[in-house]
Amino acid sequence: MQLFHTIGLYFIFLGKVFSRPEKRWIYYRETVKEIDKLGINSIGIIAIISFFMGAVITIQTAYNTENPFLPTYLIGVAARDSILLEFSSTIVALILAGKVGSNIASEIGTMRVTEQIDALEIMGVNSANFLVLPKITALVLFNPFLTILSIAVGIFGGWIVGVYAGVITTQEYIDGIQYVFYPYYITYAIIKTIVFAFIITSVSSFYGYYVEGGSLEVGRSSTKAVVYSSVVVLLFNLILTQLLLS
Amino acid sequence: MIKVVNVWKSFTERPVLKGISATFDKGKTNLIIGQSGSGKTVLMKSIVGLHDVDEGEIYYNDQDFNSLDSKGKKKLRQQVGMLFQGGALFDSATVEENVMYPLDMFSEKTYEEKIERVNFCLKRVNIENANKLFPSEISGGMKKRVAIARAIALNPRFLFCDEPNSGLDPKTSIIIDNLIKEITEEYDITTIVNTHDMNSVMGIGDKIIFIHQGEKWWEGTKEDVLNSDNKEFNDFVFASKLARKIKGIL
Repeated sequence: MQLFHTIGLYFIFLGKVFSRPEKRWIYYRETVKEIDKLGINSIGIIAIISFFMGAVITIQTAYNTENPFLPTYLIGVAARDSILLEFSSTIVALILAGKVGSNIASEIGTMRVTEQIDALEIMGVNSANFLVLPKITALVLFNPFLTILSIAVGIFGGWIVGVYAGVITTQEYIDGIQYVFYPYYITYAIIKTIVFAFIITSVSSFYGYYVEGGSLEVGRSSTKAVVYSSVVVLLFNLILTQLLLS
Repeated sequence: MIKVVNVWKSFTERPVLKGISATFDKGKTNLIIGQSGSGKTVLMKSIVGLHDVDEGEIYYNDQDFNSLDSKGKKKLRQQVGMLFQGGALFDSATVEENVMYPLDMFSEKTYEEKIERVNFCLKRVNIENANKLFPSEISGGMKKRVAIARAIALNPRFLFCDEPNSGLDPKTSIIIDNLIKEITEEYDITTIVNTHDMNSVMGIGDKIIFIHQGEKWWEGTKEDVLNSDNKEFNDFVFASKLARKIKGIL
């Protein structure tokens, strides 16, 4: 029963979030601020993780395909497809669920327990709309850029480390990257990343918005936000993969 | 004027407000007093609509708050200012942005007009040269004053103050109390203050309502306090030895 109650409350919350903003210019201003806070501030961590994941995928693929009958360029193919299909959308989303999700839940949760949200409501402001809609818009708009960046840096990391470790040449790696390439894979990754961005921001905001108590509960809500947004991301990863690739 | 009629409110079947009726007068500082957990804050939050009451009516002048639709409530709330216990200033905004927030949301003023109003409100609460500071950079008393400035930015007709003196030293408490009283009289607004500070009761209590275990037990003015024969009220007001001594002297 608790599950149904939570899901119901989540949709009521979304109803409050998706209403017309009070003043458009304030909504745009807040969205730009959130793009900086949630998106641009995530570039560094995404780039570092993507570089090393690309490198590790390349080395592991090379290690597992040490067979004279398998052409070496397949390492490039495997690195490309792993990064494109799964890593840069799903794994990056899970990383963002940790970084951005906990940030959102603790920020909104703290506003709740320090009565800042009550202050907004007293003024006649739709607090859910004012606080959450810019966050959702910002990450939904910016996450595709993060994903594309992650793909590029991951493939670059695979190339640099693959060549440096002597498991593949530059030419073989490039041949692998270009071999039987389906541009639709990029569309697939971007569709997934938009859905995941929505899940991360809305689920985390939901757990922050309904905090009751003090700092201990804010910490708990932050943990819940990360756990549940990660679980929902994984669930939707399965659903979207079935829908878009089968 | 604000009137509450037979207001009931429970949380998970535990009644917190038990049929409270009271009238809060315009141009006066109306105090709700009572022990911690007596239901003061719940009553105030019910009046401003942060809690839905289980039963009873709340009137702002002659307008029944509960019968208003969401648009009506929103419009009414723009006439309400509230000072929260901790100030509830927005952490990520400067003092100036905090006070400007309601003007940004609900007025069509130009930026220059808004700045002028912000500076006027800050000056009214005796804060100058702090526009660009963040809430974390100012003292507790200043936070309360900025919160008052934000609450009066839109010229409210109703002002609510939830324990305005909590966490403040006695001298700053008196400054905040006097500020609330001055603003109430200057703008002729209906002010309701939740407090358990006896200095506030004797200093600014034009009208005092004593809540005990969710019920109204006493009502009067600060002049009536010393002559009350209500046991629960006297136990609360004269809880300290010093207060009992003063009562004895008077």
